[in-house]
Parts: sequence; C-alpha cells; structure tokens
Amino acid sequence: MAGLSGRMSTVVKAKVSKLLDRAEDPAETLDYSYQKQVEQLQNVKKGIADVVTAKKRLQMQESSLQQSVVKLDTQARQALSSGQEDLARTALERKNVAQTELQSLDTQVHELEEQQQKLTDSEQKLRAKIEAFRTKKEVIKAQYSAAEAQVRISEAATGVGEQMADVGLAMQRAVDKTENMRARADAVSELEAAGTFDDITQLGGGEDDIDRQLKQLSSSSAVDDELSKMKGELGEGTAAAAPQIAPAEGTPHSSEGGHA
Amino acid sequence: MIVRISGEAQYRLDDGERDRLNELEHAVVQIVEGGQEDGFGEAFATLLDFVRVQGEALDDEHLEGSDVILPPPDISFAEAGEDFTGEGLIPD
Repeated sequence: MAGLSGRMSTVVKAKVSKLLDRAEDPAETLDYSYQKQVEQLQNVKKGIADVVTAKKRLQMQESSLQQSVVKLDTQARQALSSGQEDLARTALERKNVAQTELQSLDTQVHELEEQQQKLTDSEQKLRAKIEAFRTKKEVIKAQYSAAEAQVRISEAATGVGEQMADVGLAMQRAVDKTENMRARADAVSELEAAGTFDDITQLGGGEDDIDRQLKQLSSSSAVDDELSKMKGELGEGTAAAAPQIAPAEGTPHSSEGGHA
Repeated sequence: MIVRISGEAQYRLDDGERDRLNELEHAVVQIVEGGQEDGFGEAFATLLDFVRVQGEALDDEHLEGSDVILPPPDISFAEAGEDFTGEGLIPD
C-alpha cells in the first residue's frame, strides 16, 4: 500500500477492523463507539475554548504594548524638548522595538482568529455527523436482530465502521490543531511575559542589557529619521532652556510605516 | 467504484475514471516525493475536484465501504509527506 490514498485507506481500514473485531455484539460496539465520539467532540470543544483563551491573552499583551508605544513617543518628545537627545533616542529605539513586536503579535492574533473559525466550523460538521451516526446505529441494531440479514449487516457494519473511523480521524485532527494553536499562542505569550518588554517605558538609570541590544539593533535609520523628524516638529533642534511641553499631547504622529 | 474524501463525503465514480484518477494522484505523489511544496495545493485540489465533479455524492444513508480513501482536503504538505512511498493510487 502506498500513495496518499493508499496510506489513508490503510489507516482507516485498520481502525475499522479494530472496531469490528473487538465486538462479539455489534450493537454494543456501536453504542460504545458513539459514546467515544461524543466524548471526543467534547475535547474538540475544549480545545477551541483554550485557543480562545490564548488569543485573549495575546490581545491583552497587544493593548499594553500599544500603550507603551504611545507612552514612549510622548517621552521622546519630552526628552527632546528639554534637550536630552540621548534619552529621546533611547525612547524612540524602544518604541521601534515595541512596534515591531506589536506587528508580530497582530499577525499571531489574526492567525488564531482564523483557526478558531475553522475549528468551530469543523466542530459543527462533526456534531452533525455524529448525530447522523446515532440514527444509523439504531437502524443497524434493529437489523441485526433479524438473523437472515447477516450478510447485509456485515456490509453495513463495514460502511458504518468506515464512516465512524473517518469521523474519528477528523476529530483527532481537530483536537491536534487546537493543541497546536494553543501551544503556539502560549509560546508567544510566554516570550512576551518573560519581561523583555516589561519595563520598556522606564527610561533613565544605567544602561542595561536592553539598551545595549537596542543600540546594536537600531543603527537602523528608522530611529534617526524619526528623531530628526521629531526635532523638526518641535521647532529647532536644541530648544535649550525653556522646555516646550505641549506638542506631544496633540500630535497624532503617524509618520512611519509600522502601523498594522 | 466508491471514493471517499476523508472528512468530507463518499462519491460514486464510474470505473472508467480509474485511470484518470490514478494519473491525478500520481501527479500529487510526485510533488510530495520531490519534496518541493510548490504546486502541491493545486495538484491536490485538482484531484479532489475531479472526484467531486465526476463523482456522484452519496448521502449519509449509504453504508458501503470505499474502494479508495483520499486524505482530507486540508492536509498539509508535511502531513502528506509522512510515511510516503510512491506507487500509484490503486496497486496493480
């Protein structure tokens, strides 16, 4: 056996014979299998709920990063208008990183959303199939008591067995997918929570690890560009003694391309 | 012959379609064996669409076993590549 369909056939047929061989009493087997499917469906539902939870967590992290971006922008302006260009640069570097992070979170959330939709759809389909199976198994159980229908029954049993195995496989895939999605979301979430960006808006103090990494990273001209742009907006570069406070508040500042 | 698309439905196909079915699957198999994902989605979709269009969908009341079982429509390239060896659809 080989090829796509060969492999599939092998898998399904193995499941079917496992199902049918186990049985002295087909009626019992069918009931048992039905029970199993109902349980499995619960697992799918639970998996979907987990994905939703994971997504919510990412969304919360997203909004707190959004706040950081706003705050850092304000800080940069304030620093610049009081003549502290280095501090302003640091703030902008961090803002830059936060924005990049925000974009990747956004992508993740989007993907989770899509997956969640797909999984919900398949959960509904599976539910319908299981319900159909329930009806069918009652018919087969009734047939089985009529001894003369033996041959037809074994055909029917194979057919039903195959359908059940197929639903079982689909369900297994759905469960695997939810686990996969949840694990991915958790991983991202943990990375965030590990604190790389915890205190990103706490400027000042000594140069820490983040600052050093940021400096390496942000030789990128983006920060330079933004800094000079900000200088322009604040009037002349060295606004020296008299700190201008206001402009940070009112300007929406949506200059660079980083907004999702 | 009865062909099942996993997770979807069973279809009854004319026995005369066997060769074409085999061909289409062979195309998918070759892509998977080549290890390059390019074209996989398309070739697999062509195979499934052939079954859907040429075949007559059987409703859930049918209780026949399938002659051929195809993987689910959303199978990934990686999944398709697992345990994969390269004969045709229906072993001679």
